[in-house]
Amino acid sequence: MERKVAIIGVGQSAFVRGYAGSIRELAFEAFREAVQDAGISGEEINASVICSAPEYDKQRSPAGVLAEYLGLIPKPTFYLESLCSSSSMGLRIAYSLIASGLHDVVAVIGFQKMSEITSAESQERMGRGADIQWESPFGTMMPAYYAMYARAYMEKYGLTEEDLALVRVKSATYGQINDRAVYRKPVTLEMFSDPENPLSAPVATPLRVGDCCANADGSSCVILASKEKAQAVSKKPIWVLGVGAASEAVNMAGRDLFTGLSVAIRAAEQAYKMAGVTPKDIDVAEVHDCFTIAEVMAYENLGFCKPGEAKELIRSKETYKEGSIPVNVDGGLLSKGHPIGATGGSQIRTIVLQLRGEAGPMQVPNDPKIGLIHNIGGVGLYGNVTILGRD
Amino acid sequence: MAKKEMDTRFKKFGPVSFTATTKVNDFVDYLEKGIVAGTKCKKCGKKYFPPRADCFKCLSSDIEWFPVEGTGKLITYSTLHYAPVGFENDLPYTIALLDFGEYKVFGRISKNIPEEEIKIGMELKPEVVRLPNGQITYEFVRP
Repeated sequence: MERKVAIIGVGQSAFVRGYAGSIRELAFEAFREAVQDAGISGEEINASVICSAPEYDKQRSPAGVLAEYLGLIPKPTFYLESLCSSSSMGLRIAYSLIASGLHDVVAVIGFQKMSEITSAESQERMGRGADIQWESPFGTMMPAYYAMYARAYMEKYGLTEEDLALVRVKSATYGQINDRAVYRKPVTLEMFSDPENPLSAPVATPLRVGDCCANADGSSCVILASKEKAQAVSKKPIWVLGVGAASEAVNMAGRDLFTGLSVAIRAAEQAYKMAGVTPKDIDVAEVHDCFTIAEVMAYENLGFCKPGEAKELIRSKETYKEGSIPVNVDGGLLSKGHPIGATGGSQIRTIVLQLRGEAGPMQVPNDPKIGLIHNIGGVGLYGNVTILGRD
Repeated sequence: MAKKEMDTRFKKFGPVSFTATTKVNDFVDYLEKGIVAGTKCKKCGKKYFPPRADCFKCLSSDIEWFPVEGTGKLITYSTLHYAPVGFENDLPYTIALLDFGEYKVFGRISKNIPEEEIKIGMELKPEVVRLPNGQITYEFVRP
């Protein structure tokens, strides 16, 4: 018999450049906040799922090291990765561990210390997130793949580079008011048209520096519990209503869609069906804006608008805090930063705080009841969509 | 006992290769002959590019090679101004995807085609290129 599952605690470290500590200390920051938020003791946690992208880790098998430091031994712990969506996949697994009756309380801990390696090493590893046998030999890297989607999308739907820049302007609007964000400066359209401004420099056409998210070190923690446990300890449990997940060919040559991400479309369909809601029911959303084009495609892949209409949403500011469907009002990956393994948990935290009405200056004014998280691994290689709701 | 020689022909593919051993090493031999080749499952007839040693549809490993012929339509592309480690000296270069109908081919567009002349939908074909460092690859050129 399937049991209802709730999120009872969330935590996140500040996302920073060059964290002055080790990965276990980084993880502790998010863990402490989540445990205190849940109002439980660490001993009540029955199992932990440790999420990161291993190419940035110097520590082999980080799960054991982190579990020991967080006081989670001798309970079961294991490592889980699906690139940038690792901690959303972690939530999916934690959900099933609890729904099945195996555990009552599970912690999902995401972390990444990207500064463990140099920027050049990082670029080399990012390139190997693609198919190393058939595509990496051409000198590929993440921004270039998303740039290929941007090129195809702009050609088909008439999206402009200025529309892409508008997404970054929005993210920076909220990065400024998020004290956990790595990039807290404002961004204007003028910066994109100023050749002297670093944000306007081309990375992989048509994407520019300003279209790309910031690398960061950071951690996140989400604590999930069974209905009985959640109702016993939590005043404001946030229910997991739907979890969707999908995968796609690593090779661009194995794909059919280049104006959207098939994994997002499929994962969203599953999550909406499981939750029994439609896109119109979503009051606030976090989407995986690793690049500006990714947020544009997400609007459509999640059903917030029809294919080709995303530019109207961003131009009319409908995805701002006061708009009809607020998206990434915490700064998103673009301004908050993207510490790969921690990103999904951070997105989940943002939606939990929004649904509780505890998001502070970022709180959306529409009294949100249902929220959605869209978290993508690689270039649409893995996709997770999670729908949360309050009582 | 003599140590068994590993067949590492594949490490010749691309300006920088990340893979040395594969069951589709013959891909490099075809490149040496000026042919970009894919594989076809002899059992169900499915064509694969990039090549595969095994067919996931019918689980057969009985494959044959076919040449990529004719032209493909440019689906999308991007010109890189930053490169991963090992590719810095090639900058700027353009990666692209061509649609041949039954399959698609990923690669680079020749620098002989100026970026402003590259248009989605244009017809291109792969051509084998020998690199100064002894490596071999292919790039997309006008038919």
